[in-house]
Amino acid sequence: MYFDSFNELLHMGGHGVFVWPAYLATGVSLLGLIIYPLRRKQKLVRAIKQRQRFTEQEKS
Amino acid sequence: MWQFFHKLGSPRWFYRISSAVLPWLAVITAAVLISGIIWGLAFAPMDFKQGNSFRIIYIHVPAAFIALAGYYVMAVAGAVFLIWRMKMADVIMRSAAPIGAMMTFISLFTGAIWGKPTWGTWWVWDARITSMLILFFLYLGMMALAGAYQREELGSKAAAILALVGTVNIPIIYKSVDWWYSLHQPASIKLTAKPTIYADMWWPLLMTIIGFYLLYALLLMLYARMEVLRREQGKRWVQEVVD
Repeated sequence: MYFDSFNELLHMGGHGVFVWPAYLATGVSLLGLIIYPLRRKQKLVRAIKQRQRFTEQEKS
Repeated sequence: MWQFFHKLGSPRWFYRISSAVLPWLAVITAAVLISGIIWGLAFAPMDFKQGNSFRIIYIHVPAAFIALAGYYVMAVAGAVFLIWRMKMADVIMRSAAPIGAMMTFISLFTGAIWGKPTWGTWWVWDARITSMLILFFLYLGMMALAGAYQREELGSKAAAILALVGTVNIPIIYKSVDWWYSLHQPASIKLTAKPTIYADMWWPLLMTIIGFYLLYALLLMLYARMEVLRREQGKRWVQEVVD
């Protein structure tokens, strides 16, 4: 590792307050970008299945 | 060749193939991205001028690359849709917009944080930064336009035209650091020349750039799959896939 200790890695010679929030914000944004289509798709699948069950009930 | 082109245009084929590719792509993307970031944050040497704040480069530059590359993807898909009326091109165009918008936002946001310790200010109306802000608004405008019509196809057409017109902004962004040199530094990495940064800093950067490209492919697939499923939900193949 470039830094001598974990504390120094966090502090980064005073620049930690800039570096870490930048990475955190990026991480949160990217995570949201991944989760959104997955959840939307899940909801869609659920709706489609429900409709299927409904039409099957109608038939019987 | 034509058969391949034809298949590419089939939402059902796309859905099946992407289902097989997705888990592998996700694993590779996570591995490359996470190791690149750890390398850049903890192992790369410090920049002697900027100090440790330069480590923001490992997300700022890749995000900016994808913001621009994503615009090409969107504009080309828009052109293909306008010319050949390909359904999948419309799906790709609509999927590329939110991803590109978020990447542009990330590059602007991390750039602002990086600017504070380096330039002493969060924001300047420098040519590079301003043209990136315009890119962000282009993405948002394109999303709004695509969703503004009752008949979806009209929205797609209007959005595709906006995407194509907006491409004039892309060369301006590339050249802005050379034409109007102010605060933002010129490119350190070029395809045509050796990079002007140290190898120890360059390797992790290359890794996060590749990681972001992989992530882009993964995201495009996720959004396109969602969109395909939404459009084709009445079709029989969807009913079978869902079961």
